[in-house]
Amino acid sequence: MSLIIGLGAILVLGVLYMIFRVTNLVAIAKGVKDDKVGPNNSLHGVLFIIFMVVSLVAFFWYSFAHFDGYTLPIASVHGKETDHLFWVTMAITVAAFVIISIIMFVFIYQYRYKEGRRAKFYPDNHYLELTWTVVPAIVLTVLIFTGLSTWNDITSPAKKNAEVIEIVGQQFAWTARYPGVKDNQLGKVNFKLIDNFGNEFGLDLADKNSYDDFKSLELHIPKGKEVLLKIRAKDVLHSVFLPHFRVKMDAVPGMQTQFKFVATKTTKEMRLETSNPDFNYELACTEICGQGHFSMKMPVVVDEWDDYVKWKQAQETWLKQNPKYLDKVPADLREAAMIKAGLEKDPGATVASVNE
Amino acid sequence: MATTDIHIHSDVHHHGDHDHEHEHHEGNFWTTYIFSQDHKVIAKQFLITGIFWALIGGVLSVIFRLQLGFPESNISWLKPLLGGWITADGKLDPQFYLALVTMHGTIMVFFVLTAGLSGTFSNFLIPLQIGARDMASGFLNMLSYWFFFISSVLMFISLFISTGPASGGWTVYPPLSALEQAISGSGLGMTLWLVAMAFFIASSLLGSINYISTVINMRTRGMSFTKLPLTIWAFFFTAIIGVLSFPVLFAAALLLIFDRSFGTSFFLSDIYINGEPLAHEGGSPILFQHLFWFLGHPEVYIVLLPALGISSEIIATNSRKPIFGYKAMIGSMLFIAILSFIVWAHHMFVTGMNPFLGSIFMLLTLIIAVPSAVKIFNYVTTLWKGNIRFTPAMLFSIGLVSFFLTGGITGIFLGNSAIDIQLHDTYFVVAHFHLVMGSASFFGMLAGIYHWFPKMFGRMMNEGLGQLHFWLTFIGVYLVFFPMHYIGIAGFPRRYYSWTNFDTFSGFTDLNMLVSSAAIATLAAQFIFLFNFFYSMFRGRLAPINPWNATTLEWTTPRNPGHGNWPGEIPAVYRWPYDYSKPGAKEDFIPQTVPYSETPESNLPHETKLIKLESSNGDNAIIVEGSH
Ligand code: HEM
Ligand SMILES: [Cu+2]
Ligand SMILES: [Cu+2]
Repeated sequence: MSLIIGLGAILVLGVLYMIFRVTNLVAIAKGVKDDKVGPNNSLHGVLFIIFMVVSLVAFFWYSFAHFDGYTLPIASVHGKETDHLFWVTMAITVAAFVIISIIMFVFIYQYRYKEGRRAKFYPDNHYLELTWTVVPAIVLTVLIFTGLSTWNDITSPAKKNAEVIEIVGQQFAWTARYPGVKDNQLGKVNFKLIDNFGNEFGLDLADKNSYDDFKSLELHIPKGKEVLLKIRAKDVLHSVFLPHFRVKMDAVPGMQTQFKFVATKTTKEMRLETSNPDFNYELACTEICGQGHFSMKMPVVVDEWDDYVKWKQAQETWLKQNPKYLDKVPADLREAAMIKAGLEKDPGATVASVNE
Repeated sequence: MATTDIHIHSDVHHHGDHDHEHEHHEGNFWTTYIFSQDHKVIAKQFLITGIFWALIGGVLSVIFRLQLGFPESNISWLKPLLGGWITADGKLDPQFYLALVTMHGTIMVFFVLTAGLSGTFSNFLIPLQIGARDMASGFLNMLSYWFFFISSVLMFISLFISTGPASGGWTVYPPLSALEQAISGSGLGMTLWLVAMAFFIASSLLGSINYISTVINMRTRGMSFTKLPLTIWAFFFTAIIGVLSFPVLFAAALLLIFDRSFGTSFFLSDIYINGEPLAHEGGSPILFQHLFWFLGHPEVYIVLLPALGISSEIIATNSRKPIFGYKAMIGSMLFIAILSFIVWAHHMFVTGMNPFLGSIFMLLTLIIAVPSAVKIFNYVTTLWKGNIRFTPAMLFSIGLVSFFLTGGITGIFLGNSAIDIQLHDTYFVVAHFHLVMGSASFFGMLAGIYHWFPKMFGRMMNEGLGQLHFWLTFIGVYLVFFPMHYIGIAGFPRRYYSWTNFDTFSGFTDLNMLVSSAAIATLAAQFIFLFNFFYSMFRGRLAPINPWNATTLEWTTPRNPGHGNWPGEIPAVYRWPYDYSKPGAKEDFIPQTVPYSETPESNLPHETKLIKLESSNGDNAIIVEGSH
């Protein structure tokens, strides 16, 4: 089979070569014309015009007809702004692009070689050059300043009461750590404490803030409340990408990074909006991190605030899931740890509920 | 200039000043074709090696495009080539996918578009267009090629080792590139990559230093800086950028070698991998990114400027018009060259770098768009009221301008840090830099080959085949890269082996299929070029002395310039290189070697004044008409 294909290919190439030789010889036999240009010079001018028309039509047709196919719905507050900037920039640049392209290809066609015509000797024109330096400069300045103010808003410090969630990247999975419902503080971590038996975060059990922290393999976030992602990586670079929220930030070993945003649509609302009952938000990795880079996914769920709180309360603390680490808790904190981790009823809480 | 002339004369003497017309050198095969110190031979060596690498780089990309466009297909027929990297069920190994991407990027950016482009055309054109017998140092020039050759051999070997070549992306960010445990390509493959790049940098520096000193010191009589063709200006700026930025990559590579092999912690810290914490503490992966992009961004202009220089020359020649705004073209290249050093961190907006730095770099990045725009406008105005001949070189130059426009415009999105949050590391970036840097420079290189082939090999390439090659490639490139904008706006991340794990990215199988098919067709079209190139080298029509009726000095040399380039004295230069279609002149071009005193009919008022100067110092002006 492949032999036949191979032979066929050789045959075709041979025929092509013969045609090439023959046309060459014919051209030579006809006598080498000393024309300034080849015989089909004008053809290329025409081809450029056809190319321009076809490609511009295809560009606009696809961009409008498939708009919903290549744009993702926006589900965050700042995403509206960055997308707005994106489309403003698009409008300006596409206008410039279309005008320049048309002018260029029309010139190419119109000024194709004509026997006896002489080109215009036109080495410079300072006014023209000044104009097309200043105009782009002004347009760009406007874009820069709108971009700057959006960027500054996005990167400004988060509110004090923002929901803090830690996201940890490792080859090839994401894990989230929540500060816990009792103290709402993330416990300290240290990479030297990471082990293979359960302490995947490297939790420092001498820090009492760590006792109620809990782990989740799904990222749950509330709608309408500022979320501050604290991002780190355990091995190599990764990058947190939440496409619908227009969020992206690298996860860097040895350096915590962060990104704050406000989600505007719950998963349910998004299912309605996209009329896709199976819709789910996703978190993807966008920094090359090894062979599983393309599969580093974390499901994301956006809930109404109340549901979110309920979900949080229903989670078991990390310490409760890994009670053997109680040994690592300093003896004087053990009692408190048990209570905070939910391993033991909180006597205070019982009293309180009795009093009620 | 006289002193340098004498110096060069003595330098080339033993190679025979006697008979330049035919290539009767006294050296044997080895000194003539292999360890040659003649800039023209070295240029051809760079060219052939560059073409070889372009083929490899192209084939690698088609292999991984097969995976992206036709993920279901069984590619076990590639087993003879890829061996164990094809899994049992006929799929590409996901790790090897990354290796392919990495090597494709490295090869295309460094080996093809830096060495293949600058190495070929700076070497070939600088002495010929400024009127010098050879480079300032033929020996260093030869070393430059052979360092590149060693680098090529090492990089080539790394493709075949069992743990695979470097796989961490062409940007080789640590820790991934530093830790063998993270990906097997970071073992021996990465070591070879680093050593190969060290040789590459040495080669590039030797070349650049030579180009700079040659342009400064060895211009012929009358060839002031303001009479240099734009090609030379572009090569000159490129070389300066290279000299200033490549050492920084060298430093980064060196520190990375230390981190990998000697336990230092420049870039590594707080790492837990393979069940154990590593001892490294206090390093910063971000530091590497700063060092890398300090070269990396200038590098994109190292790749692009020579192509822009080449196309300026070709567009002027084939429009039969002076390039519009010669001084503005130089000015914008200078401005781009300077700015290219202070925009690097626009590749790092979302790496966790201080957001304030992001603001600064956004500002500087968008400023660089202005000189780029000026260049486009100047090209378009050069076409206006021209008398355009669509030689293959001209077609490719027009293609370059079109890509530069299409790809440059998307830079305005990426340079805006707020917009880049979403677009960073998606296919939008891939579309952007492939058009503006990859395809534009590639077209510049092809244009250069078509245009100067007659001078390189004394024969003409077949015009019809060249034009066919252009149309297939031009349309092919747009079909490959334009759809990637949509894929990128939809958020598809780059360097993904497959997107099917994500609901968000599971669409676009149709577009990806189109892209991959177009990539295969485009690669296939390059064989038309290869055939044309090698066939014409031996069987092409004999080239006239000045086939394009161009004004620059290289067309005053004999058909096959020998060692030393001009048989007699080096011609002197009297005018700028763009006297095309000057009103009053008989022909529609006046070579640079024609003094104003001989063209009273076409002189502009200020040029008439220059005639006096000509006779005062031009007593022994010899004009070589090159009628051999
Ligand atoms: C003019 C010639 C240009 C060349 C050769 C060029 C080349 C490149 C390359 C190679 C990359 C990809 C790097 C990577 O991630 O692997 C890139 C990205 C980028 N380019 Fe350009 N570029 C050019 C023009 C511009 C212009 C005019 C702008 C802005 C106005 C710009 C802004 C950017 C930005 C911001 C990125 C980073 C995007 C990201 O990583 O998300 N470029 N460019
Ligand atoms: Cu990844
Ligand atoms: Cu850059």
